[in-house]
Amino acid sequence: MSALHGLMAEFDDPKAVVEAAEAARMAGYRKMDAYSPYPIEALSEALALPKSHVAKICLAGGIFGLVAGYGLQYWSSVIEYPMNIGGRPFHSWVAFIPPAYETTILFAAFSAVLGMLALNGLPQPYHPVFNVPAFAGASRDKFFLCIEAEDPLFDVEKTRAFLAAQPGVAAVAEVQP
Amino acid sequence: MASTPHVDPASAPIIAPGHTFRTVTDKIASIVLARRTPLHWFLGFAIAFGIAQLVLLTIVRLLFWGIGSWGVTVPVGWGFDIINFVWWIGIGHAGTLISAILLLLKQEWRTSINRFAEAMTLFAVACAAQYPLFHTGRPWIAAYWLLPYPNTMGLWPNFRSPLIWDVFAVTTYASVSAVFWYVGLIPDFATLRDRAKNKLMAMVYGVASMGWRGSARHWHNYESAYLLLAGLATPLVVSVHTVVSFDFAVGVLPGWHATIFPPYFVAGAIYAGFAMVLTLAIPLRSWYGLKDFITDRHLDNMAKVMLATGLVVAYGYAMEAFFAWYSASSWELFMIQNRMFGPYGHMYWALILCNVVAPNTLWWPRLRHSTAWLFFISLVVSVGMWLERYVIIVTSLHRDFLPSSWGMYQGTVWDWSFFIGTIGLFLTLMYLFVRFLPAISMFEMKTILPGARVEEHHG
Repeated sequence: MSALHGLMAEFDDPKAVVEAAEAARMAGYRKMDAYSPYPIEALSEALALPKSHVAKICLAGGIFGLVAGYGLQYWSSVIEYPMNIGGRPFHSWVAFIPPAYETTILFAAFSAVLGMLALNGLPQPYHPVFNVPAFAGASRDKFFLCIEAEDPLFDVEKTRAFLAAQPGVAAVAEVQP
Repeated sequence: MASTPHVDPASAPIIAPGHTFRTVTDKIASIVLARRTPLHWFLGFAIAFGIAQLVLLTIVRLLFWGIGSWGVTVPVGWGFDIINFVWWIGIGHAGTLISAILLLLKQEWRTSINRFAEAMTLFAVACAAQYPLFHTGRPWIAAYWLLPYPNTMGLWPNFRSPLIWDVFAVTTYASVSAVFWYVGLIPDFATLRDRAKNKLMAMVYGVASMGWRGSARHWHNYESAYLLLAGLATPLVVSVHTVVSFDFAVGVLPGWHATIFPPYFVAGAIYAGFAMVLTLAIPLRSWYGLKDFITDRHLDNMAKVMLATGLVVAYGYAMEAFFAWYSASSWELFMIQNRMFGPYGHMYWALILCNVVAPNTLWWPRLRHSTAWLFFISLVVSVGMWLERYVIIVTSLHRDFLPSSWGMYQGTVWDWSFFIGTIGLFLTLMYLFVRFLPAISMFEMKTILPGARVEEHHG
């Protein structure tokens, strides 16, 4: 077992990284990740990423917000402190819709964001990929494909040769853990 | 460049040709990472910050003397506080419209302007929040009036009141807008972290970026969350000004009790908001040399949105007069007559001039493509929208059903100082934003560059 985190290939062109990711998957690599300065749908496709779970978390948050918002109004106006205001019913359901609508959106939005961060494991103070000096370009104009050492097919020499053979590759670097 | 023939901005590209991933990043990041702050920034910031002190002064005066220092009294109990609240909240709406609705409609040109329009939303909501917070003169009391929390008195808010709906709508709006804005900033914080030369700044941006590394797995979830937020912000933004309009429409006063209010208020909000985006975009793009990104096409599109929403607003004014006549209610008829020809008639006609007549000059391409004229019209619209709220609020209240209870209203010097102070606060926050955060979304700009999109091939 190598002490490396993995091997990382650098590309200048978004097309090249997508093709390299596809080739790596065809070659049987699974434990890998690609890095780009902006979202590339074709890259998710090339890595065969499963459908994101963010939408489900968002839906659950929204339903919770609706129940919680309406429940708060019902409980405080009907059970906890029923008060006759202008002869309106204690359970004024029509008037309870706007606040419940807002809490639905509030909880759905926060669930989507917190869910996204949790699924991505953020905030994350340390990650090995930052040990590669050229990786600073990943947030500017460079594209990277990293095959991780955990992959059963990973072999420093063979994987390096595989990455170096990809069209459009600018450099291959070792990623220290 | 002066000799180039007139090109129709509508057919121009969204980003000036010749830009690459690198130049877009460097151009936008350099504004934030520049070591030397331009002199005009210090000058503008000093003026804005000076004006913002009026907010503190007014609040101190208010807490010592009470709301007697304001012009509100019987019968006009809602004055500058609610006029300014509605004005600021309305301005905020364009930010969410640009960032959410135009995203869902795949209007790619929005990318250059969404970041600072969202910032504008947040700052406008922050200014708006000052008024309901302090309008009682006893802001600490507002806690149990407005927020449902278990207090020692066992009291709960009255959820049947539109004012409570407003609390829920505005706080949700502020929170969701802030989160939307922050999520959009995360990848850009990572860029600034990687580009910063100064260790301290690199650390601050690094913490703000949460360790974002641009992983494809992360982008995958990120895109999903961003789209969901846009989908949630869209019904939210429509609901906010709808609920604000309920503050009036649910009341029984002539001039307020109208079913047209929700759509008419939402259109007015977008109208006012686009006027403010133009007011900010025109100087911003020339001061920071961003004409490659905020092109004449952007200004042209925004002018068209402003014109369209202005026409909806004009329809609203016409319908208000029509409803008054068609209702055959003597109270409604009196209200509209008093609004047009009563003691505040000059404000009504000034509002028509600013909001209905002035923007219609934008039908002429020559005027629409003149930056100076567009800037002027956007200021005129901002004034007009303020007058609109003034007219709606004051003319309905000052002469109600009983002539013995009629009165007149006028803002005092403290009303004006609070209003002008929040304009200073708004500009102060904008200045800080432009200096410390990327005013244009770098990662989204990259997605619309030629060559950014990779065709998916299955197989």
